[in-house]
Amino acid sequence: MSTKTVPISNTPLDERSRQFRRTIVKAIKAGNRGHVGSSFSLVEILRVLYDDVLKFDSANPRWPLRDRCILSKGHGCLALYAVLADKGFFPESELWKFCKPEGMLGGHPEYGKVPGVEASTGSLGHGLSIGVGMALNARIDKSSHRTFVVISDGESNEGSVWEAALCAAKHMLSNLVVLLDYNKQQSYGTTYEVLDLDPLADKWRAFGFAVQEVDGHSVAELRSALAATPFQADKPSIIICHTIKGKGISFVENNLNWHHKTKLSDEEMQSLMAELGA
Amino acid sequence: MRKTCLDMVYELAKTDNRVVFIGSDLGIGTLKEFKAEMPERFFMEGVSEANLIGMSAGLALEGKIVYANTIATFITRRCFEQVCLDLCLHNVNVRIIGNGGGLVYAPLGPTHLATEDIAILRALPNMTILAPADATEMRRMMPRTLDHHGPIYIRLGKGGDPVVTDPSQPFEIGKIFVMREGSDAVIVSTGITLKRALDAAESLHAQGIEAAVLHCPTVKPLDAAVIRRFAEVAPVIVAVEEHTIVGGLGSAVAEILAESDFASLKRFRRIGIPDVFPDQYGSQDTLLARYSITAERISSTVEQLSAK
Repeated sequence: MSTKTVPISNTPLDERSRQFRRTIVKAIKAGNRGHVGSSFSLVEILRVLYDDVLKFDSANPRWPLRDRCILSKGHGCLALYAVLADKGFFPESELWKFCKPEGMLGGHPEYGKVPGVEASTGSLGHGLSIGVGMALNARIDKSSHRTFVVISDGESNEGSVWEAALCAAKHMLSNLVVLLDYNKQQSYGTTYEVLDLDPLADKWRAFGFAVQEVDGHSVAELRSALAATPFQADKPSIIICHTIKGKGISFVENNLNWHHKTKLSDEEMQSLMAELGA
Repeated sequence: MRKTCLDMVYELAKTDNRVVFIGSDLGIGTLKEFKAEMPERFFMEGVSEANLIGMSAGLALEGKIVYANTIATFITRRCFEQVCLDLCLHNVNVRIIGNGGGLVYAPLGPTHLATEDIAILRALPNMTILAPADATEMRRMMPRTLDHHGPIYIRLGKGGDPVVTDPSQPFEIGKIFVMREGSDAVIVSTGITLKRALDAAESLHAQGIEAAVLHCPTVKPLDAAVIRRFAEVAPVIVAVEEHTIVGGLGSAVAEILAESDFASLKRFRRIGIPDVFPDQYGSQDTLLARYSITAERISSTVEQLSAK
């Protein structure tokens, strides 16, 4: 058994980050379910991507020159939905129909149903290969748009992630950027207990990626790392984002009882919103 | 049949720049002209079927028509979830080409036999399953795969299979070809067992039994109307395939018959591989004979059912 412990981050969250988390909590309350911790660790990654990096037109989600962004850890979809709604891909009111029969937003993102979603994900280990195909296509078509794939640490248990990594490196896909949400918690326990990935950066280097590590809740660090991509002209890039599962709420952080939650009580709601500065 | 199939991918690629080929770790020299002339659309990606299917989906989501090829069992069993989610759920234009459908790789044992490929893929929404009978049919079929919407599984025979289809008959995805008329019995077949079905019908004719032969190069979607039309008049129906009797063409025909509310009694049998892992080596033909997937068995089955 590993004796390694999950580090604590004290990175403060600004109002925009807290606002996204409040939106996620409200959607979980409305849908009576949702992956709380997995969404919260992702918020800054997606926020910086959509605020500062990706080229897109939310009025024309299929704009050919847009950058492609795949949330391969599909269970973190609430963070993506909150950001996509903020950017105008669909009305915010859709969030309050999360997982409902009349809603278009389900517990995992679906291509063809949700504007802005490039691939249906949920089963782990699929998104990176799809992203490799998209990045190769951009090269074939001599298009300058880029492909971003957000994966998780638990997802990296899947062999297919590493098959895709070999392939991306072989093709020197510098137009592909992977962001790994390394919150070091999976469903049963820590990644150290369940299936240790360390030394993670060394593994990706060995697989042919150019690697940077950042505090995944620091908007400044994420901006700076993403602005520097591709890190090398002949390699795909990966940013290992050190994050905290449940980041932003003291009693949720690193608490596996909050990996997935159904039926938030009114008291829990109040506590969550209070911590998020509502 | 395999060579014809890959030659056709090359021909299609020359005239349509949406066509991309992805192999796993195929034999040296595979499609070397394709690689030399269109290197940006030729990929050989190693023994990594999950990634191969996922990247095919990514390319297809961007508008490419991807022909992905490896041994049938590896491109169906090994990466089944990728086929289901990346290809079928997204309903993308990827054509997975399976070398050695059925018992082709008999000497290599059960790890290399694709004996339930049709059954597992038949259960996936949006999937089309094609199993031509010979190389000439393959040549007529491949151009029709270009603009078909959604994923396709192409099941390849061994090669050198006798030519039994009609070269003048245009191929159409979803169509059953009536190879022989007859109202005493109906023999339904797919892929290379068509030759056996035709031989059985000929010997039955000599005994005064007129058996229709329906060739189903498209197993999914299966043209239920044609099967019903022939089964309506014939009291005996036999389905034959180089595939387990669980879930393949025979099962598909059984489903159609069972739900057809025929006015008269029908007698039906499936001929195929029983629910076992083949336990001998030898050749495709010796294993087909071991499991009685033969013209003799087809004709004797029809005779016995006709006599009841």
